[in-house]
Amino acid sequence: MDCPVRRSHGRAFSIGAAGLVIALAMQGEGRGQDRGNQPPPSVRAAAPFDPTGYWSSLITQNWRLRMVPPAKGDYIGIPISAAGKKAADAWDQAKDEAAGNQCKAYGAPGLMNLPTHLHITWQDDNTLRVDTDYGTQTRVLHFGNWTPPQPRKRSWQGNSVAVWASRRGGRGGAPSARYLRIATTELLSGYLRKNGVPYGDSASLLEYVDLFQEPNGAAIIVWTAVVDDPVNLEAPYIISSQFKKQPDASGWDPTPCSAGW
Amino acid sequence: MTSSAIVVVAATSALMLAQGLSNPDGIELSGSWAARNFTDAIGNMPGGGPRPVDYMGIPLNDTGRAWSLIYSQSQVSMPERICDYYAPTYIAIGPMGLRIWPESEMLTGSTTAWIIGGWADFVPITIWMDGRPHPSKYAAHEKSGFTTGVWEDDVLVTYTTHMEAGAIRRNGVPSSDQATMTARFSRHDDVLTITARIDDPIYLTEPYYLTRSFRLARAPLNPATHPCTVTNEGVEAERVPHYYPGQNPFLDELTKLYGIPQEAVLGGAETALPEFRKKIKDQYVRPSRCVSVPASTCGGPGTYPPID
Repeated sequence: MDCPVRRSHGRAFSIGAAGLVIALAMQGEGRGQDRGNQPPPSVRAAAPFDPTGYWSSLITQNWRLRMVPPAKGDYIGIPISAAGKKAADAWDQAKDEAAGNQCKAYGAPGLMNLPTHLHITWQDDNTLRVDTDYGTQTRVLHFGNWTPPQPRKRSWQGNSVAVWASRRGGRGGAPSARYLRIATTELLSGYLRKNGVPYGDSASLLEYVDLFQEPNGAAIIVWTAVVDDPVNLEAPYIISSQFKKQPDASGWDPTPCSAGW
Repeated sequence: MTSSAIVVVAATSALMLAQGLSNPDGIELSGSWAARNFTDAIGNMPGGGPRPVDYMGIPLNDTGRAWSLIYSQSQVSMPERICDYYAPTYIAIGPMGLRIWPESEMLTGSTTAWIIGGWADFVPITIWMDGRPHPSKYAAHEKSGFTTGVWEDDVLVTYTTHMEAGAIRRNGVPSSDQATMTARFSRHDDVLTITARIDDPIYLTEPYYLTRSFRLARAPLNPATHPCTVTNEGVEAERVPHYYPGQNPFLDELTKLYGIPQEAVLGGAETALPEFRKKIKDQYVRPSRCVSVPASTCGGPGTYPPID
């Protein structure tokens, strides 16, 4: 009784192993063909969605904190620390204007939550460019093995490295299920809100960008940011902003940075 | 032969997994998701929520605006309503965290539904994943509504119908029983973002979009609702607190406190767009200091402690 069973298992193992070997060989062959005959697709070609075009903020939440510059001392919605509050309480709009710091509230950690239009384009096959008309800022999102030029310089928008990330970790899941993940460093210290709530130059910024297609053809981008600043914040500041696809550039209206409006 | 097939299938499955082919069951959403109420800090404010007449950013039509203005927040203190529950739109407008778990089919392990646990003022939501149809349009509407879900590129997309009339802002901006909600549960690492689209042919001129973010917590949230007890909160039985048209005493509150022009306060689709700033630029007066009453509504250290 034992022998047929053992033989059966052995045959099954052989068939399975053979199948696995063949499959792996085919997979390897496929890879070889990819490498030999075709260059790997560019980041642009591998994009799971097309983010290009004009987009408009939809300010349906926290309206009085975003559409108009809020009062000094209005910290609702930000996990501000005692140190952050002390700095914010000392904020002086006139000083910022005199020092030419009108753009301090337009840095990457707060920019996408402001009332702006976006113009998103591919700068090249590995670089996505995001322009805002509010404050006339430009964010450059580098894919691949990009490294910042030396010496590294801090800026309002910092240096951003982007990937099409899987929700399953690693490279799992279908390519179409990926989202845009952006890590930004080398930020100049600035404001999370236009009333002087600060983030320091040691703050980190991680962003997740989804694009959702509606059945009627409309499209919505949801841009979620996680700002971590152990000095000025008691907890990571997680905030999401939504943008609606525009048919054309008719709403595009570049304006300079302003500390007061 | 059977064993052979099993091994071949197993090998093929291993290969599929190695190649990252999609899993029809989407991704893991189970767990306790602590609310990070920064995106809608004003709407999600614990306690009474937003100020009585704050409709900014909501695509209200005239009917919705008129209905909002006759609402008194004392309605939640009516004995008949103290223990009432919000409609499922509350997952987009409420302050609470979410505890989410799957219900699985015993033999196959496939997920038949995702459950969002209830809260003190919110009944549990069952998101049916087994392909069942929505009820007839003549079917009864329930507090929980009726929700189905599908995975679209590892994002859980839910669709809710058959809700009772409720609210889309906690200051009484109404949703009708004809409203529907499409919600997308999009997970990135340990951050969950819910994007809700509310359609309401009775009170809105266009879809109303909202987002909320959550962080996965190690300490479990307790989804169980405590027994609600009706007490006297100062509103006698059978009286419905309200304001007559044109007599809402809070109509100019945001203008006085925050310098915001009334045409913004009363909402409408255009108030959500960046272009609207041009219309109010010369009318807006920035207050010199945060003057929220009580002062805690200005926020500050300790308002949003870290989560465990």
